[in-house]
Amino acid sequence: MADWIDACAATDIDEEDVIRFDHGKRTFVIIRDHEDNYYCTDGLCTHEEIHLADGLVVENTIECPKHASIFNAETGEVDTPPACENLHTYPTKVEGGRVFVEI
Amino acid sequence: MTAIVIIGAGECGVRAAFALREQGFDGNVTLIGAETPLPYERPPLSKYLTAAAKPIRPEDAYAEKAIDLRLGTRVSRLDPASRSVALDDGETLTYDKLLLATGARARLFAGMEGCLTLRSDRDAAAIHTRLKPGARIGIIGGGFIGLELAATARKAGAEVTVIEAGPRLLGRAVPEEIAAVVRDRHAVEGIRLLIGAGVTMADARKITLTDGQVLDFDMVIAGVGALPDTALAEAAGLAVDNGVVVDRDFRATDPHVFAAGDCCNFAWHDARVRLESWKAAQDQGAHVAASMLGRAEPYAKVPWFWSDQYDLTLQVAGLFDMALPVRSRETGDETRLVFQCNAAGHLAAAAGIGPGNTIAKDLRILEKLIERAAIVDPDVLADPSQNLKRQLKAA
Repeated sequence: MADWIDACAATDIDEEDVIRFDHGKRTFVIIRDHEDNYYCTDGLCTHEEIHLADGLVVENTIECPKHASIFNAETGEVDTPPACENLHTYPTKVEGGRVFVEI
Repeated sequence: MTAIVIIGAGECGVRAAFALREQGFDGNVTLIGAETPLPYERPPLSKYLTAAAKPIRPEDAYAEKAIDLRLGTRVSRLDPASRSVALDDGETLTYDKLLLATGARARLFAGMEGCLTLRSDRDAAAIHTRLKPGARIGIIGGGFIGLELAATARKAGAEVTVIEAGPRLLGRAVPEEIAAVVRDRHAVEGIRLLIGAGVTMADARKITLTDGQVLDFDMVIAGVGALPDTALAEAAGLAVDNGVVVDRDFRATDPHVFAAGDCCNFAWHDARVRLESWKAAQDQGAHVAASMLGRAEPYAKVPWFWSDQYDLTLQVAGLFDMALPVRSRETGDETRLVFQCNAAGHLAAAAGIGPGNTIAKDLRILEKLIERAAIVDPDVLADPSQNLKRQLKAA
């Protein structure tokens, strides 16, 4: 059963940026896009398990810092290889200035 | 039905084949590779001890996209007049468009013919099985391949000597400031570095230096560059000059033949260049697929390289003019970031090094500034209190 988890303050993430969020034994990223939408995806690139939190966010995409795979943060889909598997995405909501993720 | 034949199943050829499908091409796609394993990634071969190569795409992806993958197959002749290629198994394929993505092969200088080289998964397996604790490994060439192999061999406990003929490491690839970090780290790790030392002769067990010294090893590997595989193009009468000469659409000097990746020589800004780059092979594969379908936009991707040595990652975007000075951005003790502007004031190149992915985000922003031919104030880029992302937004 997925739960809504209080992950961070909305202001913890700069506009068009990303933070790492660890929960239990899993690692995620929470991404804030250029229009203040918040997304949550798996934290590791599907290509070589690199932490995406070190990557660059441009609009609603995130680029792996290592080999430059680009993913759509909203859908998790691969925009540019080398990754060929999409990222899992998780629902998010912002309430009272906090970002909640359903994982 | 239209037929596109791709010769070469490395990063470029594979990327082009899938990009054709992503862009809606529904004709025949034949992808021909000389090696027998499923097309695999080459960058890890020098970086990790694991010998198992990682496939670029899973096997079923080819069938799913109706890509006719012919492995273990060589093309013996290209005939542009009849738009056909002859395979070594006797079959002849005709094409409407042909892509040469033949890549490059390891270079060896005269007198070094007995040395090992690293290009394929088989080369890597042969080398890795001999990287034992205490093994004496001689590496000729202080470029990316040689230095990554040195780090990998050291991790395996080998006694490693790197011999570089030039005045410093990574002379063609990165500015001195970055190369110095690499040099210092290899020295700390216990690599014996012989810089400015020419080699007159070498085989699998012995290296003779220009000063007459003879060094004995258990294995000698040469990493002294690569040569484009252009034999088919040359025999077919296509223009070749350090790679298959292509125009802005990556079209060779025959209207139905294209070339991309390590084997091609293309125009980038005011220069003709040939890159040996994993990322460029992919970028150009996707680009040339659009070109072959008549939909090319100008190629704007910035040359980009990376290297992993120990826990350090080095990234380079753009092409440095090594004769010109660079500026530094003060990013802390553990990392270095340098950049160079051209005479017009555009950011032209940037390079960084640091543990893990510490420099990745900054370098990616600089890469985007290069791609946009942004006019930048070097003093602003050099000032660590200035937010780089803001520069990108303003560009």
